[in-house]
Amino acid sequence: MSLAKRIIPCLDVDHGRVLKGTHFRDMRDIGNPVELAKKYRDDGADELVFLDITASIEKRKTLIEMVRNVASNLDIPFTVGGGIRSVEDVKMILSNGADKISINTAAVENPLLIKELVSRFGQQCVVVAIDGKRKVKENGEIWFEVYTYGGTKPTGLNAIEWAKRCEALGAGELLITSIDKDGTKSGYDLDLTRMIAEAVNIPIIASGGCGEPKHILDVLTIGKADAALAASIFHYDEYPIPLVKRYLKENGVNVRL
Amino acid sequence: MNIVVLDYGVGNLFSIKCALERLGAIVHITPHLSKKMDFNGIILPGVGNFTHAAKHLTQNIEDIMNAVNKGLPTLGICLGMQLLFENSEEGYEDGLKLLSGKVLKLPKNLKTPHIGWNRIKIKKPHKIVEGVADNSWVYFIHSYYPKPNKSDICVAEVEYGITFPAIVAERNIFGTQFHPEKSGDVGNRILKNFLEFCKR
Repeated sequence: MSLAKRIIPCLDVDHGRVLKGTHFRDMRDIGNPVELAKKYRDDGADELVFLDITASIEKRKTLIEMVRNVASNLDIPFTVGGGIRSVEDVKMILSNGADKISINTAAVENPLLIKELVSRFGQQCVVVAIDGKRKVKENGEIWFEVYTYGGTKPTGLNAIEWAKRCEALGAGELLITSIDKDGTKSGYDLDLTRMIAEAVNIPIIASGGCGEPKHILDVLTIGKADAALAASIFHYDEYPIPLVKRYLKENGVNVRL
Repeated sequence: MNIVVLDYGVGNLFSIKCALERLGAIVHITPHLSKKMDFNGIILPGVGNFTHAAKHLTQNIEDIMNAVNKGLPTLGICLGMQLLFENSEEGYEDGLKLLSGKVLKLPKNLKTPHIGWNRIKIKKPHKIVEGVADNSWVYFIHSYYPKPNKSDICVAEVEYGITFPAIVAERNIFGTQFHPEKSGDVGNRILKNFLEFCKR
């Protein structure tokens, strides 16, 4: 199979500016989404994800402006997520140049939204983000519960079952985040990604917990993910993308170099 | 140079517009070709679904056929390429039938959609791939693939479980199954090559 595994930097955006963690020495404006996007593109990022965390009424306006600016300057694909609730939201984001959108809470609350978006805009642009938290049953068996509202609200849904439902509703891809691992830099939750990757036949993007290149290697092999999303290891230039990709290649992973 | 991007009514046309503008083209996004328009090339973009887009195009078919048959360079991208063929397993509407062949669903055993960067194998020299190295990486995102009746229209192919055309060319008609506007430098080069045809 010659399809490459993808490396996807994730950028948190607030009021159209990229937040935290973006401390590249030679950049004039480290909060500027366009400059960051171009830097990552030049470094060999395969796609980008922008996660909007703006919590105010001007949210949509600042986000749309940012999407338009990024799209005008970027020639690789990018996904926009964060607080997307409706067909109208999606239409605005796609028509201003995003290639895909990701939905999370809105999909759990109204699964038919997935179907509606797929029939209007096509399967290829609908990513469902699933935030899973590890739980143990009384008999000792582990399972993963889906959380919404930024990982704060338990839903009782089993992440594996929910992933299958998303696939059946037409989702083009799944972005799987481990709530337990997110921010720990201790590695992805390999069980979570592997169990979902084995349960569905659509691409899986793994997220949450990346602290070093070995973690990416593990999630793309043992974790069976098709793509790895990471934030801090790229933002601080700790492990630049070319270095990560060379490491993956040396370890037998097909990457675009 | 004036390039028309046909709008079937959904999705992201802004990226292809920007990509062409960065290469110096003047881009008009429009749902219908009009005889009054003066343009040098047509793009059938790659967003939406086959039935919906084919329905839209049939309302407009005479003007499109006239333009293409006059020799105007025409580039179909992803779904836009699939629309150039006779029909598709994605929908019951006919395609434009500018190219002989059909569009099939990727086999069930493969993860679908085929999403990400894959390498194209150049099958024959052609101006549309001038300056593009064999085995170059380009970005795919699709669930259906073209099966031309004539294998000689295939300029480059790609392997994803099966092998299928990544670039086709016949006369003034071109198609890419991948998205050149999302394929970095390689994609830009292919769009530039297309614009060279439009200059003539």
